[in-house]
Amino acid sequence: MSNPYDAMWEKLNLDLEAHAGLLEVLGKFYGDIYMSQQGRLRGMEYLDFVLSEVHGLRIKELQDAKASGKKVIGTFCIFVPEEIVLAAGGIQVGLCAGAEIGKDEAEKVLPRNTCALIKSFVGFKLSRLCPFIESCDLIVGETTCDGKKKAYEIFSDYSPVYVMEIPQMKNACDRDLWKSEVLRFKSKVEEITGNKITAAALRDAIHLVNERRRVLQRLNRLRAAVPTPISGRDVLLINQISFYDDPVRFTSKIGELCDELEERVKSGEGIVPEGTVRLMLSGCPMAVPNWKLPYIVESSGAVVVGEESCIGTRNTRDLVEEGGSTVDGMVDAIVDRYMRIDCACFTPNTERMENIVDMARELEVKGVIHYALSFCQPYSMEAYKVEKALSNAGIPMLAIETDYSMEDVEQLKTRVEAFVEMTR
Amino acid sequence: MVSRLEDETVAGIDIGSRSIELVLLNAGGVLRQVKAPTTFDPIGQCRKLMDGINGSWITATGYGRKLFAESFSHLNVSTITEIQAYALGAQFLYPAAKTVLDIGGQDTKVISLSDTGKVLKFEMNDRCAAGTGKFLEFMAVALQVPLETFGEFALRCDRRIQISSMCTVFAESEATSLMARGERAENIAMGLHSAIVSRTIAMLRRVGISFPLVFAGGVARNPCTVKLLEEQLGQAVTVPENPDMVGAMGAALYGRNGVARI
Repeated sequence: MSNPYDAMWEKLNLDLEAHAGLLEVLGKFYGDIYMSQQGRLRGMEYLDFVLSEVHGLRIKELQDAKASGKKVIGTFCIFVPEEIVLAAGGIQVGLCAGAEIGKDEAEKVLPRNTCALIKSFVGFKLSRLCPFIESCDLIVGETTCDGKKKAYEIFSDYSPVYVMEIPQMKNACDRDLWKSEVLRFKSKVEEITGNKITAAALRDAIHLVNERRRVLQRLNRLRAAVPTPISGRDVLLINQISFYDDPVRFTSKIGELCDELEERVKSGEGIVPEGTVRLMLSGCPMAVPNWKLPYIVESSGAVVVGEESCIGTRNTRDLVEEGGSTVDGMVDAIVDRYMRIDCACFTPNTERMENIVDMARELEVKGVIHYALSFCQPYSMEAYKVEKALSNAGIPMLAIETDYSMEDVEQLKTRVEAFVEMTR
Repeated sequence: MVSRLEDETVAGIDIGSRSIELVLLNAGGVLRQVKAPTTFDPIGQCRKLMDGINGSWITATGYGRKLFAESFSHLNVSTITEIQAYALGAQFLYPAAKTVLDIGGQDTKVISLSDTGKVLKFEMNDRCAAGTGKFLEFMAVALQVPLETFGEFALRCDRRIQISSMCTVFAESEATSLMARGERAENIAMGLHSAIVSRTIAMLRRVGISFPLVFAGGVARNPCTVKLLEEQLGQAVTVPENPDMVGAMGAALYGRNGVARI
């Protein structure tokens, strides 16, 4: 079966046959998990469309932009400051790495006990299935964990990789390190794009990224209403798509969706029956198409009303202070904002415990499900401290450790259902 | 003909990986409790057990609960998880129970109960069946001892040896190399039991141990496991007369409470 994008994909050197299979599976999976929902917002049609064109229209846009001289920069982590890339006239895309694909290929170069996210991005590359990776002029890695650090060394045999060093503590010298890393990144981006970052461009870029964060903050405020007006799955999807869609269009479309949501909240309309248990997810990022746990939770008499995750509030909570006039001043504002990220790669990471407890209280959830990818040491170890902090606040927590495979779905269901029964 | 179920009799069925248990209850107590192996046809087995039962308060639990609810959709079937079922069953049998340990065919669960019998915290083994009844079953076969007497067999050991691997595959090769070194089968059996109990203790510690501790599930019938558990905990555990019926009992009670609520 031919596809209108085949020529483009072929040019990007994708494995066309395997890629067609991937899109088919993804479409079916999306249908089962998303299209089966009742009472979705009209505004979700935009997200359905964007997802259905995930490897089509958006890639075409990127290719067109590249043809006009723009550069595309791929990232795997919310530490990479998009403001810098946008200010240099580049396009930043968050690469997804949420599917168990190319695992056999990945395991040829990686140990088996590597987390699913790392295996996924290596697998996507080695099996030639991701047109985003193939569209990138530069892929930016970062030193958030040992697994990623070493995987980027291997990845750089196949793609142009640049690695940012992320500090592991939050002392003054760590901020100095991070600032020098942001400046080094700025030079690299200026070199790749051929554009020197001006104060005006940086100011606009800071504003643009803040606007996207603001609309996602608004979404989070609205979705917290009782009765729950939008499923956790839909909110997760919106957050996921924020990483690769055009930021201006995305912000405007999600603004419209929030208007619709606001009306729904005003009229007291909900999408779940009364008595549905409000839960919050916390932990590792869930990248497209990793909808496994939210789907299990929302099929077990509960609804997800918050995601304490990089694809969630960790990415949207803090804004870069606006109003700077010099490039150096604005870089400082960027440095400070990103230093507030409460990733489990930091030690100690007490802010995260406080943020989780605050969020759980504000959202009035009955419990928190902590999600760690198997072999993700930072998050699976931090689950212990999270549970302690939550238990001191009288909030129950269930720790789940899993990966992208479907073989443990039944076991997870039992655990999640039992947790829902317990918190009811 | 009016069945007894319509007279506020309730049924609980626990469809586990290895066996299916059915309990019928009314206000006076247990009317019937039966058990059958799960086999490759769990619904066929359920049909046999359910023969003659057509009332409206049936609660299913265990891995097969959803399948059961679908297959018996003409009856009014509720489903609850094994966690809730074991908590309810143990609390009914022993109202003071604080901790429930259930070692079943493929699952080990630890449940911590509040003073009022509410589930406070629980933990289950992950997708691997290491440390469950399946492990003992596999090892009994490897040592050519019937599963029913494997515990007594292990208790006839004359020295304690340590088997460090909890993976069924690795533990078997460890057992094989011990046999090759001339170790008595009874001692190896004891080592295998100790391995299970150590793992169970670790899970108990994570959830928190308070007494009375009810030990339920099929493995609670194994005297060696009970002995080692008590040895390591330094205190007696409470084993119900029919430890494998606790889940089905809890499910039935859930239905009865449902009746009471209405």
